[in-house]
Amino acid sequence: MSVLALKLSLPRRMPSVIPGFGPTLGFTLAYLSLIVLLPLAALVIKAAGTTLEQWGAILSDSRVLSALGLSFGGALAAALINTVFGLLVAWVLVRYPFPGRRLVDAVIDLPFALPTAVAGIALTALYAPNGWLGRLLEPLGVKVAFTPLGVVVAMVFIGLPFVVRTVEPVLHDVDLELEEAAASLGAGRVQTFLRVILPAILPSLLTGFSLALARAVGEYGSVIFIAGNLPGVSEIAPLLIVTKLEQYDYVGATAIATVMLGISFTLLLAVNLLQKWRRARMGG
Amino acid sequence: MMSGKAIREPALVRWALTVAALAFLALFLVAPLVAVLAEAFAKGWAAYVRALSGDDTWSSIRLTLIVAAIAVPLNIVFGLAASWAIAKFDFSGKSLLVSLIELPFSVSPVISGLVYVLLFGLQGLLGPWLVEHDLKVIFAVPGIVLATIFVTFPFVARELIPLMEEQGREEEEAALTLGASGFTAFRLVTLPNVRWGLLYGVLLCNARAMGEFGAVSVVSGHIRGLTNTMPLHVEILYNEYDFVGAFAVASLLAVLALVTLAVKSALEWWHRDELAAIGH
Repeated sequence: MSVLALKLSLPRRMPSVIPGFGPTLGFTLAYLSLIVLLPLAALVIKAAGTTLEQWGAILSDSRVLSALGLSFGGALAAALINTVFGLLVAWVLVRYPFPGRRLVDAVIDLPFALPTAVAGIALTALYAPNGWLGRLLEPLGVKVAFTPLGVVVAMVFIGLPFVVRTVEPVLHDVDLELEEAAASLGAGRVQTFLRVILPAILPSLLTGFSLALARAVGEYGSVIFIAGNLPGVSEIAPLLIVTKLEQYDYVGATAIATVMLGISFTLLLAVNLLQKWRRARMGG
Repeated sequence: MMSGKAIREPALVRWALTVAALAFLALFLVAPLVAVLAEAFAKGWAAYVRALSGDDTWSSIRLTLIVAAIAVPLNIVFGLAASWAIAKFDFSGKSLLVSLIELPFSVSPVISGLVYVLLFGLQGLLGPWLVEHDLKVIFAVPGIVLATIFVTFPFVARELIPLMEEQGREEEEAALTLGASGFTAFRLVTLPNVRWGLLYGVLLCNARAMGEFGAVSVVSGHIRGLTNTMPLHVEILYNEYDFVGAFAVASLLAVLALVTLAVKSALEWWHRDELAAIGH
């Protein structure tokens, strides 16, 4: 009897039965505001207080422009390399069983776990002219350490897991029956890949690309050791921010940071909109 | 009937792709890791131990542990509160809130440090007030802690939100109807349900907190023995051409990374079903 009463009374009480909405949401908003929003607002306030003349001087400085160009150009190159090789790695991990696959799978996340400064000095040791890899590349006339190429190498290291980890689960879920259907209709493997598999994983590939790009644009620790940091040649934008800060040029540092954040957020927003538009067009 | 062969690549292609993928990973991921250990032990075991026994090295290790011990628990409390509010209740603006929580991931580490300098530095918005009250944030430990909290902000919340959403509200509602208090329901129902996801988030949060370089570098001031964390100490030793010292400290951080990866893989292996909800 009492059990029946309990069952009957449940549906009516359900909407408000869980407590703690006020305190948890309140704490979440307060902590978010204090740690993230207030400091970012300080950047916006500082940027808003910068005069047009100051903006003009900073944004026409060739050192600033080449640093921004290297950060975004290098990140774009690294994200493209990671898209190709990340897809290859994800494909091999999902499709081809080989001994030690679980170990290889665990290694993918190394760039997430290894501190960037450690990665930076390790890559420099490898690619320096007397390093294991630098020594092999030097006779070929390829210089990696202390050149823009070194910047790209560090950005490839830092961005790889983003592509592999976003593509892997989607590749796992690709319906094998669709591939069989394509094959039974006479499609070769290359054709099936391009027309059946690739369209299915394209959104995840694009997400992985944009995550790798966003990470590489702002990357600092793994890049500054191998870059050589020659102003105008191999100096990245985050390092120029640090340099300006050390010279107490807060206006300059803020301006470069604002431009970087502006471009990054626009790119991420564009990718999000593209994904939404794609989903709408595909009807689901 | 279709045989499986039609949807498989020729053996030669499979072999070539596997070798290419493994070669890429060996070159870009494994080689740097091996290089750290090789350089650390380049002059032998004795030189390695000597490199690690300096006072500055010990104080950098202590500071790194202190910073992580403050930043990680705070982000755990935040992650639990945020995921409880977001997963157990309906309210408008939820997706905006989730985007804001993930915001620190798309901010360059250097900019994460810069915003605190602009807020608390001598020329910053609150700078004069801090000087008046004799408080120091920038070039001191509080600044390092704040910058670390900023860069590790989303880790725990990001793991817990989808996990709690997946598990729904019925179990908590049942516990509450049976007379449990809200906190008891949280402790006995919610927490056990999300514990592996929580551990997973804490692991990644901790690895990043101990290894953060860019953000901490901007606010630290690099005062040896006082505001130097392990990654900053690696940089100082490296720039002084003390390579064995730099790589010896780096090797400790590399071991931390390997332990993190090992525990993470073990978690994924043992608790695949529970973690599957959050896409790992």
